[in-house]
This record gives sequence, structure tokens and C-alpha cells, in this order.
Amino acid sequence: MLEKALVGSKKYLLWVLFLLSIIFIGFLCYLYQLKVGLGITGLSRDVSWGFYIANFTFLVGVAASAVMVVLPYYWHNYKEFGRVTILGEFLAVAAVSMCILFVIVDLGQPMRALNVLRYPTPNSILFYDVIVLTVYLLLNLICGWTILHAEYKGTKYPSWLKPFIYLAIVWAPSIHIVTAFIYQGLPGRHFWLTAIMAPRFLASAFSSGPALIIILALLLKKIANFDVGKKSIETLAKIVAYAFVINILLFLFEVFTAFYSGIHSHQSPIKYLFYGFEGHAEWVPFMWTSYILAAIAVVLLIVPSLRKNETTLAFACIAVFLSSWIDKGIGLITGGFTPTPFETVTPYTPTLPEVGITLGVWATGFLILTILYKIVLGVKSSKELVVKHEGVLYKR
Amino acid sequence: MAIRRRTFLKLAGLTLFGTTASAGLGNLIASGEVKARGYTKASESLIGKRWAMLIDVKKCKEGKDNCKLKCIEACHSIHNVPSIPDKKREVKWIWEEKFEYAFPEQADEHFKQVFKDVPFLLLCNHCENPPCVRVCPTRATFKNEEGITMMDFHRCIGCRFCMAACPFGARSFNWIDPRPYIKKVNPEFPTRTQGVVGKCLFCYQRLAQGKIPACVEACPEKALIFGDLGDEKSEVNRILKERVAIRRKAELGTHPSVFYLID
Repeated sequence: MLEKALVGSKKYLLWVLFLLSIIFIGFLCYLYQLKVGLGITGLSRDVSWGFYIANFTFLVGVAASAVMVVLPYYWHNYKEFGRVTILGEFLAVAAVSMCILFVIVDLGQPMRALNVLRYPTPNSILFYDVIVLTVYLLLNLICGWTILHAEYKGTKYPSWLKPFIYLAIVWAPSIHIVTAFIYQGLPGRHFWLTAIMAPRFLASAFSSGPALIIILALLLKKIANFDVGKKSIETLAKIVAYAFVINILLFLFEVFTAFYSGIHSHQSPIKYLFYGFEGHAEWVPFMWTSYILAAIAVVLLIVPSLRKNETTLAFACIAVFLSSWIDKGIGLITGGFTPTPFETVTPYTPTLPEVGITLGVWATGFLILTILYKIVLGVKSSKELVVKHEGVLYKR
Repeated sequence: MAIRRRTFLKLAGLTLFGTTASAGLGNLIASGEVKARGYTKASESLIGKRWAMLIDVKKCKEGKDNCKLKCIEACHSIHNVPSIPDKKREVKWIWEEKFEYAFPEQADEHFKQVFKDVPFLLLCNHCENPPCVRVCPTRATFKNEEGITMMDFHRCIGCRFCMAACPFGARSFNWIDPRPYIKKVNPEFPTRTQGVVGKCLFCYQRLAQGKIPACVEACPEKALIFGDLGDEKSEVNRILKERVAIRRKAELGTHPSVFYLID
């Protein structure tokens, strides 16, 4: 099936070329980082994780969200998701690949990365994260590829795949719970030390991930004549609406706990992010952007007529995606490290090479996504008789 | 019959997977370590069950004009700690801090006033229950049998999970190659490479030679006291019974082994 990704329209090849050039720039930046060290980033002794880990955390959520299309289809036999399921599975593959790359570019000694496997350490959450992410990547690759291959051959997928599909469904939340545990089990990081970190992660994942699937589905409809069906988009939009409202509620619960209790150390990270703390307000505009976008998205998602309108829905989904990316990416990480263990503020802003590497990883993910989706479209269209006559498409 | 490509790939994949899995599993069962052969410590080495340090902050205050922070100087020169001027990239194993930064949770106006001119020396607390050891995915940081939180600079992958976990900000990362910033290299102690985490190791290498930690030895005011908490009759245990000592962020339950005598 891979051959279907090798041929395509001029636009397709240009897009791939564009992604490859971004990857190349990112790769050059990475070589620079490899030579000089992580000192080329804006990270410091006090803010020791930043942009890379922020993107990693966000993308784990995107990956986990595939379950939101796979579960209704296989578990509840929700037939409307027939065409969107494969998009979800392959999105998960691309997202987990980005996650793994983000962790690797964040390592000070990447050539020692396999030490994690050489010295397996069951008390480290990172050890479990490596396991759950790798297995989840394999599960989605196996399920997505086998199902598509069966379709390619014109048969039903083999029965040995069933256990893998169900395993992938129960496995999906685990990747995000384990990733939340990386943060929520650390003493002395006030912003992270909260039991609702894992639920918050899941809620933001199950809103931002399906939002991205909707955006991609609408894009495919526009540029590739691939329609996942109006009903499935509407159902996905409902999922986004519920999950996103829960996500915002969970955030407000955090705000309540911090400010009603009056505990200073619980308030300071929130103050730093939204108001500024001890003269530092580096991320205030970003956090407000995130929550203004969130407010707009909530309105667009809750009002039924706006949710059913594809244009406003697309805006809502973009708002959800960007809002979550800021909130659960950079906001979560800098908020966790600020104030420092000395209750001081060390500002962090990513540097240009850091952003270059980040873009390179995103481009790699999108390249994987493009290739996989191209194959999907190739297989699906080969099964359909479509005739274009005087600008109008006729489907059998 | 010649082997088919598909069969070959399957077999190769299976072999690769099997080898990796069995190696990993074997490591897991054997706790990842091949036990070193039994060894005898040198007769002169200092042996303790749980090494600890007391810092008499009053003496630090009285002597600060005289001592010129010789403790920091001694530690950093012996352990090849680089002097990087950029605050964000700096590496420090022991350093001086104001009371409100060392004990932010107790820094009310009254306490701040009392300790206004008192320098607090900060270093790794060598916690009895260290979060850094708990989170390290490679066991590059571990507790040794004498209660010291150790670092294996050659195993560390530089993921910095330990830095996020340490509530005391005791750990430094080598953001850049530290070697150009070492004024005079001490050939008796290794330098670090870029991309690994470092911190105070309670001079385990000096203890093995029968010497007390460099900072304790260097202090002209005798403000630092080093000893074994595990030994009932040790000097540190005797002083802790008599004087008022506090530990940083005791409420987190990490049980630091560094005490500050404040009376």
C-alpha cells in the first residue's frame, strides 16, 4: 500500500517538499544543539523543562484521543464512525511519533537514551511512560494498517486483530494518565501536585484531539474529496463540547481551591501565569489568549446551530486546539517551575533554535500523518467509483 | 529452498525483539545490577550508616567577614565545578542563600528580621526518602549504603526528571560543556560532560580516604559539623539533642540529612 504515498498531485508533492524543508531546518538546529548542548535553549537551572516537554505533554493527549473515535465504532458498533476511525488511529501514530521525538530532543545525552531499557526502573514514572507510549504506537500501527490492508484486499479484517483493537481502546487513557503522573507525584511543585491533574489531562485530550480530527476531516473534504460524513462530524463535535467544558470546569476547580483556601504557594503559579508575579509576566498574554479562545470555543460549541455549521465548528475546533496547546503545553510547564523552589521567578522563553527544532518535530509528525492519510485516501478512492462531470462529482 | 525475504524479516525481527526483551527482563529480575564482588574498604576510610551535616548559622553570620566562604571555594575547586557567569547556565554544588529563599514557607516578617544578615549554606540534603532517586529512569542517581544520594555521571541520560522532582533546587544541569569554565582542573576528581546532572555527593571519595567533606574541613569557624546520624553516640546526634535544628521543607517527608542550627 505504501506505493500510494509515492505518487500524487503537484500540490501533494509541494506539501511534502515543504514539510521536508522544515524538517531539514529543524535537523540543522538539532545538530547545533547536539554540539553545544541544551544551553542553546532558553532553559535554566530553575526552569529545566520547557517547550519540548510542553509539546510532548500536549501531543500525548492528541494521541490518546484516538480512542474517542475507535471506542464508539468498535465497542458500541457506531457505524457512522466507519470512515473517521482510521483517521483517528493514524493521527495517534503521528502524535506518538512526535512525542517520542520531543523526549529525545530534550535529552542531554540522547545517545544514552537506551539506558532506560538497559536499566529498567519500575519506581520511575518515565519508565512506564516509555512502555505505554511504545506499545500504544505499535497497537495503533498494527490496527490501522491491518484494517486498511483488509479493505485494500476487499475483505474484512482478520479475527486475530480484535484483541488488539480492544487493547488499544483500554490502553489509550493509560498513556495520558501515566504522563500526568510524571507531574502530579512530585513534592514541592505546587501547580502540579493535584489529584485532578490526570482527569484534567484526559478532559483536555478528549477535546483537543477530536477537535484536530474534525479540522483534518473538514480539510480532507475540501482538498481531497474525502467525506467522513456529516453525522460523524456532528457526533465528534458533541464529544469536543462535553470534554472541553469539563476541562474548563476542572481548571476553575483548581482556581477555587487555590484562592478560597488562601494558601499562598497554591496561588503563586496561577498568579504568575495570569497576572504576573514579583514583576514577571512573561506568559500572561499567552494564558489570556488561551482562555479567551476557550470562552469563544465554548459558545460556538454549546449553541447547537453554531456547532452544526461547519464554518463556525471549524473555528471552534481551531480555538479549542490552540487554547489547549497553550494551556496544557507551555502554561503547564512554566507554571510548574514558577515560582522556583526558592519562591523566586526565573523567566523562561524559548530561543530561536529551540523553536526551530520544535517545528522540525511537528513537521516530521505531519509528514507521517500526510503519508498515512494519503494511503488511506488512495485505498478508499480505489474502492469507489467517482466520476467528475462538468465540475460535479458523481459517486456510486 | 532459499529462505524467503518475508520469512527472513520475520525471523530477524523476532530475534531482535527476543534479545532485547530477554536482556531487559533479565535486568529487571536481577534489579539491573551485576553485584560487584565483595570488597573491603580501606582501613582508613570513614564508615557511617547515614551521613549528615549540621550547619551552625550563628557561626556563619559571625564569621562571614572572616571566612570568605571558603567552604564553597573548597568544594567547587576540588570537584571541578565550573564558574559559569550566566545565571541560567550556572552549576553549583553548595551555595549561599538568604533565609527567605532557603526557607520560603517559613519566611514571615518576624523570621526574616531575625535572620536578616544570616547566610544560609545550601547543598544537596541527601534525603532519607529522596524524590530524585524515585523518579530517575536509569538509576543514575541512587542511595548508597551510607545514606549518600549518589550520581553516576556516566549513566545519566540528561532527562532532568530529578531536577523537577527535587524540592530543594539542589541539582544543576550541565547545559554546556563545563570544562572551559573550570579555572584549574583537579586531576583527582572527574570533570563532567555536557548534558548530565550534577550535585553535591557529600565527598564520598574523601570519606573513602578517611577525610571529612571538603567544605567542613575548609570552614575556619567550625560552623559545619559532619557525622553519622546512624551512630547514637556521634557528635551530630549529641548536638541535635541539645540544640534547635530545622530542616528545609520538612513537611514534604523527604527527611533531609542537612540540619540548620538556629539557636
